[in-house]
Amino acid sequence: MPEADVVLDTTVESHFIPRPFRVLRTKRETHDVFTLELKPEDGSPLSFRPGQFNMMYVHGIGEVPISISGNPAKPETLVHTVRAVGGVTFAMRSIHRGDILGIRGPYGSVWPIEAAVGSDLVVVAGGIGLAPLRPVIYEALARRQQFGKLILLYGTREPEDIIFEKDLEGWRARFDFHVFVTVDRAIGSWKGHVGVVTGLLPKASFDPANTLAMICGPEVMMRFTAMEFLKLGVDPAQIYFSMERNMKCGIGLCGHCQFGPYFVCREGPVFPYPRLKQLMTVREI
Amino acid sequence: MIKIDLQVLGTLVSLLRKDGFRVLGPTVRDHAIVYDEIRSYEDLPIGWTDEQTNASYKLVQTEGKSLFAYAVGPHSWKQFLFPPESPLVRSRRTNGSMELSGAQQAPHVPLAFFGVRPCELHAIAIHDRVFLEGPFADPWYKSVREKLFIVAAQCTHPGGTCFCASMKTGPRATQGFDLALTELPKGLFLVEAGSQRGSEMLTKIPWHPAEPEDVNEAERLFSAAAASMGRVLEPDGLQQLLYANLSHPRWDAIGHRCLSCANCTMVCPTCFCSTVTDGTDLSNTEAQRTRLWDSCFTADFSYIHGGSVRPSIRSRYRQWMTHKLASWVDQFGTFGCVGCGRCITWCPVGIDITEEARLIREQTPEAQPTSQ
Amino acid sequence: METLKPILSQHPFFKDLQPEYLELVTGCASNVRFDADSYMFHEGEEAGHFYLLRTGNVALEIATPDRGPMVIQTLGEGELIGWSWLVPPYTWHFDARVTELVRAIALDATCLRKKCEADHHLGYELLKRLTVMMEQRLAATRLQLLDVYGTNA
Repeated sequence: MPEADVVLDTTVESHFIPRPFRVLRTKRETHDVFTLELKPEDGSPLSFRPGQFNMMYVHGIGEVPISISGNPAKPETLVHTVRAVGGVTFAMRSIHRGDILGIRGPYGSVWPIEAAVGSDLVVVAGGIGLAPLRPVIYEALARRQQFGKLILLYGTREPEDIIFEKDLEGWRARFDFHVFVTVDRAIGSWKGHVGVVTGLLPKASFDPANTLAMICGPEVMMRFTAMEFLKLGVDPAQIYFSMERNMKCGIGLCGHCQFGPYFVCREGPVFPYPRLKQLMTVREI
Repeated sequence: MIKIDLQVLGTLVSLLRKDGFRVLGPTVRDHAIVYDEIRSYEDLPIGWTDEQTNASYKLVQTEGKSLFAYAVGPHSWKQFLFPPESPLVRSRRTNGSMELSGAQQAPHVPLAFFGVRPCELHAIAIHDRVFLEGPFADPWYKSVREKLFIVAAQCTHPGGTCFCASMKTGPRATQGFDLALTELPKGLFLVEAGSQRGSEMLTKIPWHPAEPEDVNEAERLFSAAAASMGRVLEPDGLQQLLYANLSHPRWDAIGHRCLSCANCTMVCPTCFCSTVTDGTDLSNTEAQRTRLWDSCFTADFSYIHGGSVRPSIRSRYRQWMTHKLASWVDQFGTFGCVGCGRCITWCPVGIDITEEARLIREQTPEAQPTSQ
Repeated sequence: METLKPILSQHPFFKDLQPEYLELVTGCASNVRFDADSYMFHEGEEAGHFYLLRTGNVALEIATPDRGPMVIQTLGEGELIGWSWLVPPYTWHFDARVTELVRAIALDATCLRKKCEADHHLGYELLKRLTVMMEQRLAATRLQLLDVYGTNA
C-alpha cells in the first residue's frame, strides 16, 4: 500500500521558534474565507510538498495549523487559504498587507502524487477542503501527461461559498481536466449542479480499477465519498483523506492531535483510507 | 557490588553538591513525599513509610531510620525535565517588523536526582523516547537531560497501589542510572555503578566490598517486594484487548465515575501532553508564548471548530487509558505505564487502571486466560 | 407506442425488466420535450406523469418568500423525476424548471397505477427500482441537511 510520506526539513535548528513572514497580499474569497500570500523576511523560501501545513502565529494571539494552498513549484511566495472560525483566524482576517505572521513548518504527510502516476486521479473537495488540494492540482497539471484522467469534484454549501473562482474558470477551460462543481443549495439563478458532491461521482468517468482518489473536506463528507468510491470498485488502499485535529505544536509533542495511535501532525494529515477505516467507526475517538 | 553506610551516603550528597549539582530528592512536605532540593541525607524522609490505596494516601512515621521505606508520592521527576510551565517563544513587534526568539533558558545548574525508583527510571526513559527520539527533539529537555546525574534507589518497599512487577519495570533496575542504592537493614546501602560518571563518583568515597550475605539479603528483599505488589496488571495481549474493545460497556461505567479532574495525568510520570498560551504586555509590543502541562481530560483538549471531538468524559477516559496501554506501544515501542500506581492513589474517586483492564478482559466474549 | 420500447429498455431505470412488464410500461409511455427555462410542473399540481430524462438538465426548486426559488437538487441525463405519482394525493412537492432543453419519456401515472393494481408483479418491479432511487435521494438529502460545510461558530 503506497504510504503517505512524511517529509521533514531537518535543517532548521529549533522547531519551536516561528519564522517571520510578511503579508504581500490578502484576498477575500468568500464572506469567511480569505487567502494570504506571504514572503519570508529572511528570503529563504519555504519548500513544501502538497498536503503539508504550517503552524501560523499571530503576535500575541496564538497559533493555528493551516494547510498550504499555493503552488509547490513557486515556494518563494507562501500561500495560505484560511477560514475564520476562531480567535486566531478571526484575527488573521483583519491582517493587512505589510503585517507579519510567524510560520513554523512545513509539517505533515503529503498527497501521494507519485503513487497516482499512470492512474486516473480523482480529487474530491468539500468546502474549504479545496485549499489543501489546490497544491496537488497545480502539480498534477504541471505533470499532466503522467496521469490518465484528471478529475476534480468540488462541493460546497452555496454558490457564494465557492473559493478559487479564477482557478476553477481556468481549469474548466482545459480539455484535459474534468471539473464538476456542485452546491448543497442555490438560489434560482445558479446554473450549475445542486446536490451532494458524492452525487457527482457517477458522472465523472474514470476507471475504478486504476484510480487514485484524494479527498478533503468535512469528515462526514469524506466518509460518504469514500463509500461511493468503494461502491464503484476502487481499492480502499487507493483512497486518501486529509484529517484535521486540534494542534498546539504541529511536531508530535503536545499530544493534542492524536487520532487513535496516530499523530495527525506526523502520520497525517494525509492518511490512506485503510488506516482510518476502523477508527472512523468509533465515536469520539 | 560495594557497601556503604549512612555517613558515606551523606558524603555522596555533599560531593554532588560540591560538583555543582542541584540535588533533588524525596522530602516530606504537606503530609506527602515530594521531590525537592536536599542538602544532606537528613532532608530525606527518615523513618517515614506510606499507606496507599485507591483514592487514599497516608504518611506514617515509624521508629526506624530507613531512608526509602515508602513508595512514590504525588510528585514525579518529570517536573524537572519537562516543567509544568516554561517560556517558549518571545515575539517583539517594532516599526513594522517582528523579532521572534526562543525564550527557553537552559538551566544554569545541572541537576542530580537522588532516590529514583526503578519505575521512575523507566518513566524517564519513556520521556527520553518522546522528547529526544522523535523527528523533533525538545532542545531544553536535551540540555537538562545530558547533564543529569541519577542516583537510583532500588525498591524494597512497594506500595499499596504498585504494580511494577507486572509492567516489568521493577522492583529492581539494571540500567538507566549513574549509581543505584539498595537499602539494607541497619543503615547500610549496597551501591552499584551504572555509568562512567557513576564509577568515577565511587572512587571519591570510602566503601567496603559487599559480603555475599548482603547481596543475598538484597535478593530476598527484591523477591519479597515483587511478591507483595499492591496491584497486578496482565500486559499480555493488553494492547489488542483494548483496541478490540473501544465500545465496551465498561467505558460507560467509568464515564459515570470519572470526574475528568486530570489528577491522574498530573501525577503520572509519563504523561507529556502540553498546551501553549499567549500573553502580551499592555502595548502589545512584547508577546510571549508559554508551554504548560495539559491533560487529555480537559473538555477542549480536542477542540476543533464547532466542538470537541471528545465531549464525553467516557471518551476522554478511554483516550487516556488506551493511549497509556495500547497506542503508546505503536507510537513509542513500549507501554506508557510503568506501574507506579500514582493514578490509583490520587484519583479522587479511586478508579483503578488495573481493575478496569481486568474487567474489560473478563467481560470480553473470548476472555483471555491470564497467566499465573 | 411501439417505437419507444427499445428506448425504454435502454434506460437505466428499466434495466433487466422482464419483456412482458416492459411491454405493459411502454403502453403508458410517450416522448416529451421541454424547452429551457420552462417548467415541467409546479408544486401542488397533480402528478400526472413521471419522467425519465434522456437529455437535458432540470432544477428542482422550492419557492421561498425571502430568497426566491431555492434549488435543492439538479437532475440530468439518465435520471428520474418524481415518485409523487405513487403516493396519494399524487401532487408534486416542488417545481421542476428546465435549465437545459429536456427530452424525456413521460410515463402516464394513471395508466401505470392501473396496471400495477392489476398486476402486482409489475408493481413490485417498479417499486423495487423506485426505492433504490429514493434511498439514494434520501441519503443525499440528509447530507445536504447536515450542512457539513457550515460552521458551528
